[in-house]
Amino acid sequence: MIVFDQVQKSYQVGGRAIPALHPTDMTIETGEVFGIVGHSGAGKSTLVRLINLLEPPTGGRILIDGEDVVGYNPAQLRAFRRKVGMIFQHFNLLSSKTVADNIAFPMKLAGIYSKAEIRDRVDELLARVSLTDHANKYPSQLSGGQKQRVGIARALACRPTILLCDEATSALDPQTTQSVLKLLADINRELGLTIVLITHEMDVVRRVCDRVAVMDAGEVVEMGPVSDVFLHPKHPTTRDFVFESENIDGQELQEDLQKANGRILRLTFKGESTYQPLLGSVARQSGVDFSILSGRIDHIKDTPYGQLTLSLVGGDLDLAMQAFDAADVHVEVVR
Amino acid sequence: MEGLLSNVDWAEIGFASWDTLVMVGLSLAFSVLIGLPIGVLLFLTGKRQLLEQPVAYAVLSFVVNVLRSVPFIILLIVMIPFTVMLIGTSLGVAGAIPPLVAGGAPFFARLVETSLREVDRGIIEATQAMGATVRQIIFGALLPEALPGIIAGITVTAITLVSYAAMSGVIGGGGLGDLAIRFGYQRFQTDVMVITVALLVIFVQVLQMVGDRLVLYFSRK
Repeated sequence: MIVFDQVQKSYQVGGRAIPALHPTDMTIETGEVFGIVGHSGAGKSTLVRLINLLEPPTGGRILIDGEDVVGYNPAQLRAFRRKVGMIFQHFNLLSSKTVADNIAFPMKLAGIYSKAEIRDRVDELLARVSLTDHANKYPSQLSGGQKQRVGIARALACRPTILLCDEATSALDPQTTQSVLKLLADINRELGLTIVLITHEMDVVRRVCDRVAVMDAGEVVEMGPVSDVFLHPKHPTTRDFVFESENIDGQELQEDLQKANGRILRLTFKGESTYQPLLGSVARQSGVDFSILSGRIDHIKDTPYGQLTLSLVGGDLDLAMQAFDAADVHVEVVR
Repeated sequence: MEGLLSNVDWAEIGFASWDTLVMVGLSLAFSVLIGLPIGVLLFLTGKRQLLEQPVAYAVLSFVVNVLRSVPFIILLIVMIPFTVMLIGTSLGVAGAIPPLVAGGAPFFARLVETSLREVDRGIIEATQAMGATVRQIIFGALLPEALPGIIAGITVTAITLVSYAAMSGVIGGGGLGDLAIRFGYQRFQTDVMVITVALLVIFVQVLQMVGDRLVLYFSRK
């Protein structure tokens, strides 16, 4: 478990302290995939680097499994860092080392593994990231997705309990992004590793994260389970991110809604209710007519969800609302 | 042909070439030995680097700059008392080595600093995140990653030392430069001058070619 207790970070620029992270409380549970989303400059990069103390905080406590790591001496810090893997947007592989040597590198640095142990572990990791055939290539001979796989294998070498991902898919094309995210999800499930992932793409959060924190101007403005934050965003920044990921133009949406007649509702189906043929039966029972203004059916991690914006005209509106409620559908009255 | 190169004593040219080789070889070895750690220190103590030390950097940088800004011909003369103290003579091949190193080491140190700065900061960060010590970062990541740049730096330094070594002929340093000055310049033997210059050109060409090959071999980018 990672606990931030009033952690803050500021930089000294020309004698003045410029805050990069305002005092923040945050808890990341063991074994979860925690997303941190924000625009560039929002402080998410700083936040993730505070966890392995690449950036020392200027205030507050960081507790990893109950232990305050901020006061660690250099030797303790190095031992701690071996238990925290990290992958990067631009991979940061050593160009002078082969794929196998890159993966072996953290184990060699640790100085506690025998040659045979290192060889076996490298073989195992190469197989896990499906790069066994590329063991003796140099990073420059690999594609972006392959490089990130090497990065992941390298990060896992010393069997860490936490994996930090710094915009790990931002330099990859959509298809490669998907395969890297799937690999991360598999690792999380099979190894029980805690993953902290920062990104500016809400889509990445939707696919792999359990919980998410939204950052804006050095502050966490919203935090919670992905389905809550994603389906019912409260803060304007969160809303921007959600709209952006769904290709919704906020302005256009407002104009569309103004043209529609009657009562406008936003229905959110989650899990099983997504598959129920609900709209037709509610319309028959209550006698309301509906037209669909916008809609989307997708998955949040493994949970299917649907979100429909409807305008309802005529019939018994109260009865319709009750029926939606009874079917476990979240109803939000837009107008 | 006999008449054209009548002044050229090939045995003398052979000895002089060997002397130049020895001067350049030894002074290059010492320049690298001394310049490399200085270059690494310059890099590490620099702004926003691993061991940021503004005072140490300023002092080191100042010494390097002073040695680099003194024209080599002056450095040759200024160094004479030190050379005599160190080696016992300021003449010949041995006497030329200390001023050559004084000129070559700071030059190479700057080149090392520059090539280390070109290593992606992300690689240093990644290595730090693995729990590496500063020493491990230097020897495990920085130097291997900067190796092609450092080899290119050694090549440039070697070529600079060839011309410095030739210059040392002025204060009696031996080698091809000495030959060119004593015979080609002072005795107006143009043919000797031409031959020595041609040999120096070939020497530089070979150095550059070998250097380029090595850089290519060690570049994995």
